[in-house]
Amino acid sequence: MSKYQYVPEPALVKGDHDFSSLTRLITDINLRPTPKAWYLCMIAANSLLLVMVAAIGYLIWEGIGIWGLNNPVGWGWAIINFVWWVGIGHAGTLISAILFLFRQDWRTAINRFAEAMTIFAVMCAGVFPAIHVGRIWVIYWVFPLPNSMQMWPNFNSPLLWDVFAVSTYFTVSFLFWYVGLVPDLATIRDRATDKVRKVIYGIFSLGWTGSNRHWWNYEKAYMILAGLATPLVLSVHTIVSFDFAVSMIPGWHTTIFPPYFVAGAIFSGFAMVLTLMLVARKIYGMEDIMTNDHMEKMNIVILVTGSMVGFAYMMEFFIAWYSGVEYEKAIFILRATGPYAWAYWAMMTCNVLSPQFFWFKKLRTSVGFTFFISIVVNIGMWFERFVITVTSLANDYLPSSWDYYSPTIWDVLTYVGTFGLFFTMFLLFLRFLPMVALAEIKAVIPLADPHNYDEDTKEFHKPQVEVPKPQAEKV
Amino acid sequence: MSTQTENKDMYGIVAEFKNPKELIDVAQAMSKSGFSKFDTFSPFPIHGMDKAMNLKKSKLGWIVLGHAFLGFTGAIAMMYFMAVIDYPMNISGKPFFNAPAWVPIIFELTVLLSAFGAVFGMFFLNGLPKFNNPLFNVARFKKATDDGFFACIEAEDDMFESDKVKKLFEDAGATHIEEVYE
Repeated sequence: MSKYQYVPEPALVKGDHDFSSLTRLITDINLRPTPKAWYLCMIAANSLLLVMVAAIGYLIWEGIGIWGLNNPVGWGWAIINFVWWVGIGHAGTLISAILFLFRQDWRTAINRFAEAMTIFAVMCAGVFPAIHVGRIWVIYWVFPLPNSMQMWPNFNSPLLWDVFAVSTYFTVSFLFWYVGLVPDLATIRDRATDKVRKVIYGIFSLGWTGSNRHWWNYEKAYMILAGLATPLVLSVHTIVSFDFAVSMIPGWHTTIFPPYFVAGAIFSGFAMVLTLMLVARKIYGMEDIMTNDHMEKMNIVILVTGSMVGFAYMMEFFIAWYSGVEYEKAIFILRATGPYAWAYWAMMTCNVLSPQFFWFKKLRTSVGFTFFISIVVNIGMWFERFVITVTSLANDYLPSSWDYYSPTIWDVLTYVGTFGLFFTMFLLFLRFLPMVALAEIKAVIPLADPHNYDEDTKEFHKPQVEVPKPQAEKV
Repeated sequence: MSTQTENKDMYGIVAEFKNPKELIDVAQAMSKSGFSKFDTFSPFPIHGMDKAMNLKKSKLGWIVLGHAFLGFTGAIAMMYFMAVIDYPMNISGKPFFNAPAWVPIIFELTVLLSAFGAVFGMFFLNGLPKFNNPLFNVARFKKATDDGFFACIEAEDDMFESDKVKKLFEDAGATHIEEVYE
C-alpha cells in the first residue's frame, strides 16, 4: 500500500460527447415544440405572478398601511425580501466572474444558468424597494433627475448608494449574460429551420460568425467583465449591509456586516442554484453536463460559506459582549431568548447546523439530500434577514415602545408572488435560451485542445495523464 | 488580368477542416505565406490561435480604461455639481464635499461605464452587428457555430490568387473548398 494515491481531475463532461452532440443536447430544447408540461408550469408561475401584481396594485391603491409594519418596526418583510433576493443573485456572479478569474473550468456547466438566476433574482429584489416608498409615482426621486422640488438626492445616504449599486449590478449582470449568449444564439440561428426563429435569433446574435479575430476581442471583453463584476458583486452586498450598518440601531451598527452579508449571499445563492439545477438537469436530461461532481463542488462552497456565516454569528455575540455597550449586549441576548427566539433558532439550525452535514462525502454526493439542504439553507437565510431586521427594531432603546411585529396577508402574498415573477422569467429562459454556455463547454472538452491531436496524422488521441512518481521521503 | 475581372464579385475562398488542430496549422500556414486578410472560424475560441494567426493585442483594454476614467470623473463632477454648487444642503453638519460618503457611487459608476466600454467596445472592434455577411451564402458555413472549423482568405488580399489559395488549403488537408460570392 502506497502512501500516495493519484486522484485524477474528474472529466467536466461525462459520456462520449463531441461538439455536435453537445450542440444537439443543449439547443434541441429551444428548437423542438413546447412540451405540455412547460405550459402547465407556466400557468402556475403566471398565477403567482398575478398574485404579486394584485398585491402590489392594492398596496398602491390603499397605501403601506396594509402591511404589518408598526411603530417601532418600520422595516419589515419588504427589506427582508429585498436583501434575500439580492443575496441569492450573488451566486450567479460568483460563478460567472470569480470562478472564471480562478480558472475553474467546471463553472461552464452552470454559469449561464446561474447568471439567469442572478438577473431574475435582482428583478424580484428590485420590486420591494420600489413599492415600499409609499408614493410610488414619485419613485424617480431616487435618481438624480431634475424634479419640481429642484433638489437632488442625498449622496451621503446608504439608501441612495443602494440605488446605484443595485441598478449597476443589474445592468452589468445583464450585459455579461448577453455577451456570453451571443455565440450560442448564433448556434440556434444556424440550426433553426423556421423563419420566425431565424429572424429573431438572427437579430440577437448580431451576425456572429465565430471568427477567431472576433473571439480574440471577445475573450478579452469577457475577462475584463469578469474583473469588473468581481469587485462589483462584493460592493453590492456591502452597500446593502450599509443600509443597516451605517444606522445607530443596536445589532446593526457593526463593522462585520459587509463580509458577513457577502458570505451569506453566496451561501444562499449556491443553494438556490442547486435547487434549480437538480430539477432542471433531471427534466432536460443534462446529467452529462451538470454532473454530480459539480454538485459536490457546490456543496463544498456551501459548507465553507455556511461555516463563515456561523462564525459571524458567534463573532457578533462576542463583540456585543466585548464592546460593553448595554444595548448591544441586550439585543443579542434578546435575539436568542426574546420574543423572536423561534426565528433565531430556526436561523441557527438551518444556516449553521445543516451545511455541516456536507463534511461527509456520502451526504454531499447524494442528490436527494443536497436538494433537501439547498431548500433548508434558503429558508435559513430568509430567517437571518428576518432576525436582523425585526429583532433590532422591535426591541429598541426604549422598552416602553417595544412592540411585536407580524406580517399581514399582503406581506405574504407579495413575497409569494415574487416567486411567480422569478419562475415566469426562468421558464421563459429555459424555453427560449440555451441553458448551458455552449461555446464555453465545447472549449473545455478534450477534443477542443489542439495539443490532444497528433502532430503528423492530426488525429485525436486521448490526453495521457502522467502520474508523478512519489519522491522518496526524506528521513 | 483576366482573373481580376472574374473575381469582381468574389468575396474569397473558404475551406473546411476537420478539427481545431488542422485549423491552427492552416492559420499558421496562411500567416506565414504572407496573407493578411484571412480569418479562421470555430464554434469556440481555440487555445493558441492568436499566435498562429499572428494577432495583435486587443485594443479593448484602452477603450475600457477610457470609459473607467469617464465614469470616475463623471461621478465626482455630478455629485459636486448637485451637492456643492447647485443645491448645497447641510446634512447632519457634514461638509458639502463629503468625499468618503461619495466613494460607493464613484465606484459603481466607474464599474458601470467600464462595463459599457467592454461590451460595446468589443462589438465595435468586431464590427458587430453585421447581419449581412457573404459567408452566410455558404450553406456549409452554418456548421461554424456547431462543429465546423473554417478558414477563409478574402479576395481583397493583395496576394490573393484563386489557384494558390486553393492549393494552400488542399495541402493543409481541407475537406471542402468553396468560392464565396458577395
